Amino acid sequence: MFSGLMLNAWESASIVAVVAGVVGFFIVLRGSAFAAHALPNGAFAGAAGASLIGVDAIVGLAVFSVLGALTIAGLGRRARHDVATALVIVVMLGLGSLFLSMTTEYAPEIYSLLFGEVLGVSSSELLPIALIGLVCIAAIFVVYRPLMFSSVMPDVAAARGVRSGAMEVAFLLVVALTTTMAVPVVGALLIFSLLISPAAAARSFTSKPFTAMGLSALIALGTVWSAIALSFLSNLPIGFFVGSIGAGTYAAGRGWVAWRRNREASPRHSGQALRSGAAG
Amino acid sequence: MLGFLSPLFEPGFFSNAPVQTALLVGGIVAVVSGIVGTFTVMRGQSFAGHSLADIGTAGGSASFLLGISPLFGFVAMNLMAAGVMEWIGIRRPRGRDLGAALGLAALLLYLDTTASSTTGATINVLFGSIFTLPSSLVPVIAIFSVVAAGVVLAMYRPLLLSSVSSDLATAQGVRVRLVGIGYLGALAVAVSLSAVTIGAILSTALLIGPAATALRITNRTGRAAVIASAIGVVATWLGVLLAYDSYYWFPSRGGWPVSFFVVTLVFLLYLVSQIRFGRGSRVQRAGVAAQAG
Amino acid sequence: MVQSRGADETAEILHVDGVSVTLSGREILHDVTFHINAGEFTGLIGSNGAGKTTLLRVILGLITPTSGTVRFEGGARRQPHIGYVPQRITLDPDMPLRARDLVGLGIDGQRFGLPWPSAARRRRVDEMLDSVDAMRFAESRVGNLSGGEQQRILIAHALISRPRLLLLDEPLANLDIGSEQEVVDLLSRIATQQQIAVLISTHDMNPLLPVMDRIVYVAAGRIATGTTDEVVSSESLTKLYGHHVDVIHVHDRVLVVAGRTDAALQHGGNESIVELV
Repeated sequence: MFSGLMLNAWESASIVAVVAGVVGFFIVLRGSAFAAHALPNGAFAGAAGASLIGVDAIVGLAVFSVLGALTIAGLGRRARHDVATALVIVVMLGLGSLFLSMTTEYAPEIYSLLFGEVLGVSSSELLPIALIGLVCIAAIFVVYRPLMFSSVMPDVAAARGVRSGAMEVAFLLVVALTTTMAVPVVGALLIFSLLISPAAAARSFTSKPFTAMGLSALIALGTVWSAIALSFLSNLPIGFFVGSIGAGTYAAGRGWVAWRRNREASPRHSGQALRSGAAG
Repeated sequence: MLGFLSPLFEPGFFSNAPVQTALLVGGIVAVVSGIVGTFTVMRGQSFAGHSLADIGTAGGSASFLLGISPLFGFVAMNLMAAGVMEWIGIRRPRGRDLGAALGLAALLLYLDTTASSTTGATINVLFGSIFTLPSSLVPVIAIFSVVAAGVVLAMYRPLLLSSVSSDLATAQGVRVRLVGIGYLGALAVAVSLSAVTIGAILSTALLIGPAATALRITNRTGRAAVIASAIGVVATWLGVLLAYDSYYWFPSRGGWPVSFFVVTLVFLLYLVSQIRFGRGSRVQRAGVAAQAG
Repeated sequence: MVQSRGADETAEILHVDGVSVTLSGREILHDVTFHINAGEFTGLIGSNGAGKTTLLRVILGLITPTSGTVRFEGGARRQPHIGYVPQRITLDPDMPLRARDLVGLGIDGQRFGLPWPSAARRRRVDEMLDSVDAMRFAESRVGNLSGGEQQRILIAHALISRPRLLLLDEPLANLDIGSEQEVVDLLSRIATQQQIAVLISTHDMNPLLPVMDRIVYVAAGRIATGTTDEVVSSESLTKLYGHHVDVIHVHDRVLVVAGRTDAALQHGGNESIVELV
């Protein structure tokens, strides 16, 4: 399981997981699940187009996801509810399918872009992936405070000089970068799962923001490691495990919350509950 | 008859059996999508439709393994998903459920490709198989379509009212929950039908594109549903035509995908309506405002 | 009606001069001029749609006025330390943010980088939480707080940056009468003790009557300003509204009503009387 080829898989997947966990924390905080869905789909089209014209797929990924990020930022709040953006996502996919249909590698190419090809990551690709991952994490650390502020209380933050528009653009660009490095490894459809599930689970287990971010990265790492191991042992695809384990951790988080709530409602604690609730 | 149009139609278009099936099925599905989609857009649930399609992928993939037509897999999966959505009471499935479903889809698609060694399974499920539908499926599609459209039309007025404002509807004695369930069921079926024709991933386009376009053009829901269906049919038929013609186009690898044409046409028509008819109609805005978020 | 607060300094904290705002062709505010001093408790009173929120946003620097200026202490054009308490913020019950974290954002949330925990920082947050009586729920998730609790936290957040001006938008709207009184007392205490200028935007001036030093009364984009007695009178408000307005005192309450009362009496009819504020 830990042979040379697999080592690349372990390493690349780990990097992707940590970045996804960190970035995903803010995606869930800001309710940007839509962007997490749209950007990878756009990236898919970019990669397909790139492979059609014989350019490295990564370039296509990067260009299209950055363009997508800027478009979503430009459309502003409308993007969340507007039919146009849903259509744009789908057109991107349609374009992707068109580009791929023009290549000879149609089906396998689609599959690997959508579901990832973690075993196909070569040693030479590890370094760029690691570097981009590092940039993403550094960027998040740099904007952590104002992004936090702007995500929770945009008006108050604006009054203190934090421009929500600028934060949105910066954040979406980081998501675009994350997409670029992650899609070749885990695929356009599954990156969504890694971005959302660990962060959603983490916030159930802790109420401290920075801890939640760290926990999100840890959970993502655990998810990916288990997925690789289980996939190796059972010969079933990694994507299956990523999706199911992700859903499992989220369910565990919800279960934990429900259990805690039941405990607090029990007679033993009702005295405290009354006291803290009465004067509120 | 319309001789001057003949250059548009490559030889053998009308006599080609798969084309005939494609036109028939495409037309029916477009009509159903237009009707159901009108309400989807009004209720601001475009992403619910999109998520359902993604989830349905798992069902579609499973069907290949079971040797049955993907349509049944889609429908079964989507109905289940719609049921869960309704039970949880949220408007759209959250990311994690999507993740699980996608994971399942990945597994099943993989098993497909190894088991039957037809990598075409991936393409079929994800991007549609309108040209390769067995003609025996046509009656089934027709029945599903009639049922879905029928449910929506039967509930037309209560559905309209509860889409604009569920409070108002409840006050007037509408069983909002029941209407919601019926609608979600129709949506599940409509998405499945659309997924079979132009693919799971692209089915949203047929569902919401023509409907959104229609709602820009007119304020009246009834009219919008009709216009949406018409637009859907035009886009689908034109898509089939262009795909057929494109067989001889660059890069001559068997033609461009139908779904690409349909989706692009739908989108272009939407853009045109945006430019031509400006900001949204009252009906659409009222619906979206009531259900926003 | 109001005891003068007796501020030691009469430093002018906010000076709004001739501010007009026109948005999408509609004039929302017309030639608004008033000032507020340190330690003063000012009520920005007006019904919804009168222009209060726009005026608040101008002061916060979120909107640029079409004409006029806003100046702060010492003539500065920008006030870095305005404490702003919005009416409500939408919070997810699952959001991983405790009350103390939200308050902490008030210290340095606008600076780049990661938060650096230190004993001094924690102490400062604790002190602030204590001063608004919020220590009990300091560790609770902000999404789980009641309306009143959330508001205390928002106030603590606004105050921790040691502002000279504290702006609150409809702070009493979602509170029950008991909590209303507590918050008004709390704010009044803050104004006096910390010599902060407090500006509250609300549609109901009655809870503020006992503590207001000054009133800025907004109607249809125009204002009348002065002490409560000066502004809240039939003559003054009639002039402001441009049609006949009566100010009625009932027990401790003030009612501002518009309506053709004389016409109604004459004809014995049911002319509707509209309570404005």
